[in-house]
Amino acid sequence: MRLTLKIWRQPNAESAGAMHTYEIDGVSEDMSFLEMLDVLNEDLIAKDEDPVAFDSDCREGICGMCGLMINGQAHGPEVTTTCQLHMRSFKDGDEIVIEPWRADAFPVMKDLVVDRGAFDRIIQAGGFISVNTGSAPEAHSVPVPRDDAMRAFNVATCIGCGACVAACPNGSASLFMGAKITHLGELPQGQPERDNRVVGMVAQHDAEGFGGCTNIGECTAACPKEIPLDVISRLNWDLHAAMRHGH
Amino acid sequence: MTEFPDTTTTSDPSHDAPGEHGDDAAGYYTPGAPIADTKAPGGPVNERWNTRKFEARLVNPANRRKLSVIIVGTGLAGASAAATLGEAGYVVKSFCYQDSPRRAHSIAAQGGINAAKNYKEDGDSVHRLFYDTVKGGDYRSRESNVYRLAEVSVNIIDQCVAQGVPFAREYGGLLDNRSFGGVQVSRTFYARGQTGQQLLLGAYQALERQVAAGTVTTYTRHEMLEVIVVDGKARGIIARDMVTGEIETHLADVVVLASGGYGNVFYLSTNAMGCNVTASWRAHRKGAYMANPCYTQIHPTCIPVSGSHQSKLTLMSESLRNDGRIWVPKKKSDCEKDPRDIPEEDRDYYLERIYPSFGNLVPRDIASRAAKNVCDEGRGVGPEVDGVRRGVYLDFGAAIERLGKAGIEEKYDNLFDMYERITGENPYEVPMRIYPAVHYVMGGLWVDYDLQSSIPGLFVTGEANFSDHGANRLGASALMQGLADGYFVLPHTIRDYLADGPFEKVPADHPAVVEAEQAVRSRIDHFLTNNGTRSVDSYHRELGNIMWEYCGMERTEDGLKKAIDLIRTLKDDFHRNVKVLGTNESINQSLEKAGRVADFFELGELMCIDALNRRESCGGHFRGESQTEDGEALRHDETFAYVAAWEFAGDDEPPVLHKEDLVYTAIEMKQRSYK
Repeated sequence: MRLTLKIWRQPNAESAGAMHTYEIDGVSEDMSFLEMLDVLNEDLIAKDEDPVAFDSDCREGICGMCGLMINGQAHGPEVTTTCQLHMRSFKDGDEIVIEPWRADAFPVMKDLVVDRGAFDRIIQAGGFISVNTGSAPEAHSVPVPRDDAMRAFNVATCIGCGACVAACPNGSASLFMGAKITHLGELPQGQPERDNRVVGMVAQHDAEGFGGCTNIGECTAACPKEIPLDVISRLNWDLHAAMRHGH
Repeated sequence: MTEFPDTTTTSDPSHDAPGEHGDDAAGYYTPGAPIADTKAPGGPVNERWNTRKFEARLVNPANRRKLSVIIVGTGLAGASAAATLGEAGYVVKSFCYQDSPRRAHSIAAQGGINAAKNYKEDGDSVHRLFYDTVKGGDYRSRESNVYRLAEVSVNIIDQCVAQGVPFAREYGGLLDNRSFGGVQVSRTFYARGQTGQQLLLGAYQALERQVAAGTVTTYTRHEMLEVIVVDGKARGIIARDMVTGEIETHLADVVVLASGGYGNVFYLSTNAMGCNVTASWRAHRKGAYMANPCYTQIHPTCIPVSGSHQSKLTLMSESLRNDGRIWVPKKKSDCEKDPRDIPEEDRDYYLERIYPSFGNLVPRDIASRAAKNVCDEGRGVGPEVDGVRRGVYLDFGAAIERLGKAGIEEKYDNLFDMYERITGENPYEVPMRIYPAVHYVMGGLWVDYDLQSSIPGLFVTGEANFSDHGANRLGASALMQGLADGYFVLPHTIRDYLADGPFEKVPADHPAVVEAEQAVRSRIDHFLTNNGTRSVDSYHRELGNIMWEYCGMERTEDGLKKAIDLIRTLKDDFHRNVKVLGTNESINQSLEKAGRVADFFELGELMCIDALNRRESCGGHFRGESQTEDGEALRHDETFAYVAAWEFAGDDEPPVLHKEDLVYTAIEMKQRSYK
């Protein structure tokens, strides 16, 4: 198929960017979206033009490194990661608009590459259970009800790609935070630090410049791992509990 | 301190390959002096680790904050080590090329992690896990290391559970196990099909906790491009900031490489796009021996290549072979037909035919080679890529009849969805197509029992080292090794090295630092000013094709010699003609790839030499010249029961081969049979 691509090009963080138009031919429906961009880049290199910079690594939907706004949707029209989106979702003659994640807290570094370091810093602020290597008790000493373990797992599948932030009109990372708070809060091992965790993470979230949650739900609609919206309710519940406890 | 002999051209005659096995690689290498692991204590295999932990010297907590550690890579082996050494109080710098430590490719591991907990009371034990791992590795791994791996496996599960890793559980709230990889006990812990992700997030969170505590500093989007060796000891690295292009010098008292495997030398593999050998290869060029580089694991159940645009291959869990039946048409003329129109009598269920007792469940290496053979015969299915159909059917028709569609959905729903997303075909209606793909490398930098390489002060953990899997890795053992090394082995052995501190400070203008930095700069300048005509990817793809054709599932003397010639010619052309646009001072993904592919060329050649030298078949290494009458792998223990540790001797010099004899005291070597 033949496509028209409108792609955000920006040389570096300091420079202004602009949309550029490229024509690409011979795209097969078996290609992944990123393989289509690989083909474009080979064409550009052959013409001595700077290839389009974009992030990707595992290309099997689990590392969370890739992420593009495709026709205004985070990761494009399917509920999956950009790397698992295939060209059979498009048709001959389509025009596709490709932009980087949109959010103040994810500044563009070049073309379609953004800085998501804020997510690491939110985890540093409490997204863990404090247990030094070697100090763990025997694994069977604390049984965990099966349903709790499954709920914890279901939200622990968050890949930290940032689609929730990119999709949110407020640029909020509440779904990302809520997923981690729910994962660790469902487990007995996560209880001792539950108050500190939510307080620390929310404070860091706000300091990074992410917006507040107004329950719009775009985040969960865009999430390639289908993290449910109620993790944000859980986040709010835990935050209120922490405040009641004097935080 | 281990004494490493200088390169020598005299060799112990008892190590020469005699008689019928010849010396295929004569002229391609220089024989060197034998080496040995001097760190494993003697005595019974089950007491060695305790002895070593006791003998390894301690470092006073107050002194730890004066000692610094660089760790390259943030997968299971790197993140776990960084977190643990940070907790202990050392000053740790952690590097990764991704934008976050959480993205390392350990995250993609599906199946599970083995541990000898014996929660099922089904006869498992540390000794049995040790035995299975040595046997699975086809008796080409080091006994002491494997025993220790089995021993610490139980601690890993405890640690991960305490971190909040949501393993699968039974209704009573206790941990569930499954059987995996053809062993007869259930010792695999899992978190649905995303075990690697959950374990890595546990290690990542432990790492970020130490960042907050101030003991670990992370350097993301940084690529290590050179190791700094001062007075024979590793004292730092040169890294490139992949955003600004700045070439940075990082000095420390000890360096740990946890930089993963080099499967991407084949271009197409199940590895992530960025997985590379550069950290290991730069260390190899500075004196670290590369061990058994030809040992590659090729996984039988991957989604086949669909066209020349293909950038990577996707694994479908091995568990599918429990219910799917593998077949190809008996007649070449049927290969283009809709498989549903091919009657039962015209189908060749070749694994069930050749291996009646194991059938579709034969080990990975055997299933892979059989698929290659039927496709080479012209009976492959699916699209033609470069004139050959490379695919076989994995058919769930019988299983759907037996268990119902709902039964299959319950077991494999997510895999079937992933398959449909990638291929556009519904596997409930049309049989899946699968083909083997490069998945893991057992080879890697040579290390002793302390995980220290042949450069003092340079330690190597996880897939980057060679130590635990011999010639073939069992399923669910990679995660076990990564976390064993990082959480429970390295932190003990590295302290014995650090106990020699405090170390003399290396000045930033030390000749070794200047030389390393200059080497990095001149390589970058070389690529940027080359003004060639071909893209990096086009060379990488061509190199991958050579490796896959001649150093893939079946290797022969003629093929390997041809591959070495082809690689040398293509490497010269690459350096003359590769085209890298842009500058160093910004994100430049072509420049990043150029450096990696340059190192893959050199590695690829060494892999072929190693494969050429090893005129036996073992595990994932199948030499056409060494098979039984019915085409099965044939080992030659009398000649090849050794680790091949290769020393770099110079750009135009043949590498030097050092042999480490493998001695088994607790296990008897046997030939595998799956008929």
